[in-house]
Amino acid sequence: MTDPGEVVVPIRADVDVVVARQKIRGLVSDLRFSGNELTLIATAISEVARNIVSYAGNGEIVMRVIQRGQRRGITVVARDRGPGIADIERAMKDGFSTSRGLGLGLPGSKRLMDEFELVSEVGKGTEITMTKWER
Amino acid sequence: MRASILKQNRFLIASVQGSMSDADLVELRDELASGVRRHRSTGVIIDVTMLDVMDSFAARTLRGVAQMVRLLGAECIVVGIQPEVAFSMVQLGLTLEGMTTALDLEDGLDALEAGVSGQGNLL
Repeated sequence: MTDPGEVVVPIRADVDVVVARQKIRGLVSDLRFSGNELTLIATAISEVARNIVSYAGNGEIVMRVIQRGQRRGITVVARDRGPGIADIERAMKDGFSTSRGLGLGLPGSKRLMDEFELVSEVGKGTEITMTKWER
Repeated sequence: MRASILKQNRFLIASVQGSMSDADLVELRDELASGVRRHRSTGVIIDVTMLDVMDSFAARTLRGVAQMVRLLGAECIVVGIQPEVAFSMVQLGLTLEGMTTALDLEDGLDALEAGVSGQGNLL
Protein backbone atom coordinates (compact mmCIF):
# COMPACT_ATOMS: atom_id res chain seq x y z
CA MET A 1 0.00 0.00 0.00
CA THR A 2 2.56 2.54 1.06
CA ASP A 3 5.17 2.42 -1.65
CA PRO A 4 7.52 5.40 -1.79
CA GLY A 5 5.96 6.57 -5.04
CA GLU A 6 2.59 7.17 -3.43
CA VAL A 7 1.35 9.79 -1.00
CA VAL A 8 -2.09 9.89 0.61
CA VAL A 9 -3.33 13.12 2.13
CA PRO A 10 -6.58 13.06 4.11
CA ILE A 11 -8.63 16.16 3.35
CA ARG A 12 -10.77 17.40 6.24
CA ALA A 13 -10.17 21.15 6.41
CA ASP A 14 -8.80 24.02 4.37
CA VAL A 15 -5.28 23.56 5.78
CA ASP A 16 -5.17 20.09 4.22
CA VAL A 17 -5.56 21.74 0.80
CA VAL A 18 -2.21 23.41 1.42
CA VAL A 19 -0.66 20.15 2.70
CA ALA A 20 -1.77 18.29 -0.44
CA ARG A 21 -0.27 20.79 -2.84
CA GLN A 22 2.99 20.92 -0.89
CA LYS A 23 3.40 17.12 -0.84
CA ILE A 24 3.39 16.94 -4.61
CA ARG A 25 6.68 18.83 -4.90
CA GLY A 26 8.55 16.22 -2.85
CA LEU A 27 6.91 13.32 -4.66
CA VAL A 28 7.86 14.42 -8.17
CA SER A 29 11.30 15.83 -7.35
CA ASP A 30 13.11 13.30 -9.54
CA LEU A 31 10.67 13.52 -12.42
CA ARG A 32 11.38 15.86 -15.30
CA PHE A 33 8.82 18.53 -14.56
CA SER A 34 9.60 22.19 -15.06
CA GLY A 35 8.78 24.77 -12.43
CA ASN A 36 5.83 25.82 -14.60
CA GLU A 37 4.47 22.28 -14.73
CA LEU A 38 4.92 21.79 -10.99
CA THR A 39 2.89 24.91 -10.32
CA LEU A 40 0.19 23.73 -12.75
CA ILE A 41 -0.07 20.39 -10.95
CA ALA A 42 -0.06 22.04 -7.50
CA THR A 43 -2.81 24.43 -8.62
CA ALA A 44 -4.97 21.58 -9.97
CA ILE A 45 -4.52 19.69 -6.68
CA SER A 46 -5.50 22.80 -4.77
CA GLU A 47 -8.72 23.08 -6.78
CA VAL A 48 -9.86 19.47 -6.45
CA ALA A 49 -8.87 19.34 -2.77
CA ARG A 50 -10.90 22.46 -2.10
CA ASN A 51 -13.87 20.91 -3.85
CA ILE A 52 -13.69 18.09 -1.30
CA VAL A 53 -13.70 20.57 1.59
CA SER A 54 -16.47 22.71 0.10
CA TYR A 55 -18.86 20.00 -1.02
CA ALA A 56 -18.09 16.75 0.78
CA GLY A 57 -16.49 17.91 4.02
CA ASN A 58 -13.85 15.23 3.90
CA GLY A 59 -12.11 12.83 1.61
CA GLU A 60 -8.61 12.12 0.41
CA ILE A 61 -6.06 12.94 -2.22
CA VAL A 62 -3.84 10.15 -3.47
CA MET A 63 -0.82 11.04 -5.55
CA ARG A 64 1.36 8.48 -7.24
CA VAL A 65 4.17 8.31 -9.73
CA ILE A 66 3.20 6.20 -12.72
CA GLN A 67 4.98 4.84 -15.75
CA ARG A 68 3.68 3.98 -19.22
CA GLY A 69 6.47 2.64 -21.38
CA GLN A 70 9.38 5.02 -20.99
CA ARG A 71 7.16 7.85 -19.92
CA ARG A 72 6.66 8.76 -16.31
CA GLY A 73 3.96 10.90 -14.90
CA ILE A 74 1.99 11.75 -11.84
CA THR A 75 -1.58 10.68 -11.17
CA VAL A 76 -3.69 12.49 -8.64
CA VAL A 77 -6.92 10.95 -7.35
CA ALA A 78 -9.34 13.09 -5.37
CA ARG A 79 -11.96 10.98 -3.68
CA ASP A 80 -14.87 11.73 -1.39
CA ARG A 81 -18.11 10.21 -0.18
CA GLY A 82 -19.94 13.49 -0.41
CA PRO A 83 -23.23 14.36 -2.12
CA GLY A 84 -21.89 13.70 -5.61
CA ILE A 85 -22.39 15.87 -8.67
CA ALA A 86 -25.86 15.75 -10.22
CA ASP A 87 -24.99 17.44 -13.49
CA ILE A 88 -21.40 16.66 -14.44
CA GLU A 89 -21.64 18.37 -17.81
CA ARG A 90 -22.64 21.58 -16.10
CA ALA A 91 -20.00 21.23 -13.38
CA MET A 92 -17.37 21.03 -16.11
CA LYS A 93 -18.47 24.35 -17.61
CA ASP A 94 -16.53 27.51 -16.81
CA GLY A 95 -18.35 29.77 -14.42
CA PHE A 96 -20.69 27.22 -12.91
CA SER A 97 -20.54 26.94 -9.14
CA THR A 98 -22.97 25.94 -6.44
CA SER A 99 -20.76 27.24 -3.64
CA ARG A 100 -18.47 30.18 -3.05
CA GLY A 101 -16.06 29.45 -5.89
CA LEU A 102 -15.50 31.10 -9.22
CA GLY A 103 -16.70 27.97 -10.97
CA LEU A 104 -13.32 27.44 -12.56
CA GLY A 105 -12.15 24.62 -10.30
CA LEU A 106 -13.10 21.55 -12.33
CA PRO A 107 -12.85 22.83 -15.91
CA GLY A 108 -9.71 24.76 -14.92
CA SER A 109 -8.08 21.69 -13.40
CA LYS A 110 -8.81 19.76 -16.56
CA ARG A 111 -6.97 22.40 -18.56
CA LEU A 112 -3.98 22.25 -16.20
CA MET A 113 -3.51 18.49 -16.51
CA ASP A 114 -3.05 16.11 -19.49
CA GLU A 115 -5.77 13.65 -18.54
CA PHE A 116 -8.84 14.22 -16.42
CA GLU A 117 -11.64 11.87 -15.53
CA LEU A 118 -14.56 12.55 -13.25
CA VAL A 119 -16.82 9.83 -11.88
CA SER A 120 -19.62 10.83 -9.59
CA GLU A 121 -22.79 9.36 -8.26
CA VAL A 122 -25.40 11.38 -6.40
CA GLY A 123 -25.48 10.36 -2.76
CA LYS A 124 -22.35 8.23 -3.09
CA GLY A 125 -19.48 10.55 -3.80
CA THR A 126 -17.05 11.81 -6.39
CA GLU A 127 -13.75 10.58 -7.72
CA ILE A 128 -11.51 12.65 -9.94
CA THR A 129 -8.46 11.08 -11.54
CA MET A 130 -6.04 13.37 -13.30
CA THR A 131 -2.60 12.79 -14.78
CA LYS A 132 0.29 14.88 -15.97
CA TRP A 133 3.07 13.31 -18.06
CA GLU A 134 6.69 14.27 -18.26
CA ARG A 135 7.45 16.09 -21.49
CA MET B 1 -1.82 34.53 10.25
CA ARG B 2 0.70 33.57 7.61
CA ALA B 3 1.11 37.07 6.29
CA SER B 4 2.73 40.12 7.81
CA ILE B 5 1.38 43.62 7.46
CA LEU B 6 3.76 46.54 7.59
CA LYS B 7 2.75 50.16 7.80
CA GLN B 8 4.84 52.55 5.76
CA ASN B 9 3.63 56.14 5.91
CA ARG B 10 0.13 56.06 4.46
CA PHE B 11 0.53 52.67 2.87
CA LEU B 12 0.03 49.17 4.18
CA ILE B 13 2.26 46.45 2.78
CA ALA B 14 1.11 42.88 3.26
CA SER B 15 3.60 40.13 2.54
CA VAL B 16 2.00 36.80 1.89
CA GLN B 17 3.85 33.65 2.96
CA GLY B 18 4.54 30.58 0.82
CA SER B 19 1.29 28.79 1.35
CA MET B 20 -1.87 30.42 2.57
CA SER B 21 -4.88 28.42 3.64
CA ASP B 22 -8.34 29.76 2.89
CA ALA B 23 -8.66 30.87 6.50
CA ASP B 24 -5.31 32.72 6.27
CA LEU B 25 -6.51 34.56 3.17
CA VAL B 26 -9.79 35.56 4.77
CA GLU B 27 -7.93 36.76 7.87
CA LEU B 28 -5.61 38.82 5.69
CA ARG B 29 -8.61 40.43 4.02
CA ASP B 30 -10.16 41.37 7.36
CA GLU B 31 -6.86 42.64 8.81
CA LEU B 32 -6.28 44.84 5.79
CA ALA B 33 -9.77 46.26 5.86
CA SER B 34 -9.50 47.19 9.54
CA GLY B 35 -5.90 48.37 9.03
CA VAL B 36 -6.89 50.81 6.29
CA ARG B 37 -9.50 52.30 8.56
CA ARG B 38 -7.30 52.45 11.65
CA HIS B 39 -4.28 53.97 9.92
CA ARG B 40 -6.22 56.05 7.39
CA SER B 41 -4.15 54.38 4.69
CA THR B 42 -4.44 55.56 1.12
CA GLY B 43 -2.84 52.53 -0.45
CA VAL B 44 -2.42 48.81 0.12
CA ILE B 45 0.15 46.56 -1.48
CA ILE B 46 -0.24 42.80 -1.36
CA ASP B 47 3.09 41.16 -2.12
CA VAL B 48 2.57 37.61 -3.37
CA THR B 49 6.18 36.96 -4.40
CA MET B 50 6.38 33.99 -2.01
CA LEU B 51 2.96 32.54 -2.80
CA ASP B 52 3.25 29.00 -4.23
CA VAL B 53 -0.14 28.73 -5.88
CA MET B 54 -2.83 31.21 -6.88
CA ASP B 55 -5.94 29.10 -7.19
CA SER B 56 -9.51 30.23 -7.75
CA PHE B 57 -10.19 30.82 -4.06
CA ALA B 58 -7.04 32.91 -3.59
CA ALA B 59 -7.83 34.96 -6.70
CA ARG B 60 -11.41 35.51 -5.56
CA THR B 61 -10.30 36.56 -2.10
CA LEU B 62 -7.69 38.99 -3.42
CA ARG B 63 -10.30 40.49 -5.72
CA GLY B 64 -12.52 40.92 -2.69
CA VAL B 65 -9.72 42.61 -0.76
CA ALA B 66 -9.12 45.04 -3.62
CA GLN B 67 -12.81 45.91 -3.83
CA MET B 68 -13.14 46.39 -0.07
CA VAL B 69 -10.02 48.53 0.14
CA ARG B 70 -11.25 50.68 -2.75
CA LEU B 71 -14.62 51.18 -1.10
CA LEU B 72 -12.77 52.47 1.93
CA GLY B 73 -11.11 55.07 -0.28
CA ALA B 74 -7.68 53.50 -0.71
CA GLU B 75 -6.00 51.85 -3.67
CA CYS B 76 -4.85 48.24 -3.76
CA ILE B 77 -2.03 46.78 -5.83
CA VAL B 78 -1.00 43.13 -6.04
CA VAL B 79 2.71 42.77 -6.70
CA GLY B 80 5.15 39.95 -7.27
CA ILE B 81 3.06 37.36 -9.13
CA GLN B 82 5.72 34.87 -10.22
CA PRO B 83 5.89 33.89 -13.92
CA GLU B 84 4.95 30.25 -13.25
CA VAL B 85 2.04 31.34 -11.06
CA ALA B 86 0.89 33.72 -13.82
CA PHE B 87 1.16 30.89 -16.37
CA SER B 88 -0.93 28.63 -14.20
CA MET B 89 -3.54 31.35 -13.60
CA VAL B 90 -3.94 31.83 -17.34
CA GLN B 91 -4.40 28.09 -17.91
CA LEU B 92 -6.91 27.91 -15.10
CA GLY B 93 -8.80 30.83 -16.60
CA LEU B 94 -8.27 33.21 -13.71
CA THR B 95 -8.21 36.91 -14.21
CA LEU B 96 -7.73 39.59 -11.62
CA GLU B 97 -10.25 41.83 -13.33
CA GLY B 98 -10.43 45.30 -11.95
CA MET B 99 -7.25 44.80 -9.99
CA THR B 100 -4.02 46.68 -10.37
CA THR B 101 -0.86 44.61 -10.48
CA ALA B 102 2.80 45.55 -10.60
CA LEU B 103 5.98 43.59 -11.18
CA ASP B 104 7.38 43.93 -7.67
CA LEU B 105 7.18 45.90 -4.45
CA GLU B 106 9.30 48.74 -5.81
CA ASP B 107 7.06 49.25 -8.85
CA GLY B 108 3.98 48.93 -6.68
CA LEU B 109 5.16 51.65 -4.32
CA ASP B 110 6.05 53.88 -7.28
CA ALA B 111 2.57 53.37 -8.70
CA LEU B 112 0.88 54.19 -5.40
CA GLU B 113 3.00 57.28 -4.91
CA ALA B 114 2.33 58.48 -8.45
CA GLY B 115 -1.37 57.80 -8.08
CA VAL B 116 -1.94 59.42 -4.73
CA SER B 117 0.18 62.54 -5.25
CA GLY B 118 -1.72 65.72 -4.47
CA GLN B 119 -5.37 64.87 -4.21
CA GLY B 120 -6.16 61.45 -2.98
CA ASN B 121 -6.17 58.30 -5.01
CA LEU B 122 -6.28 58.85 -8.74
CA LEU B 123 -4.78 55.50 -9.65
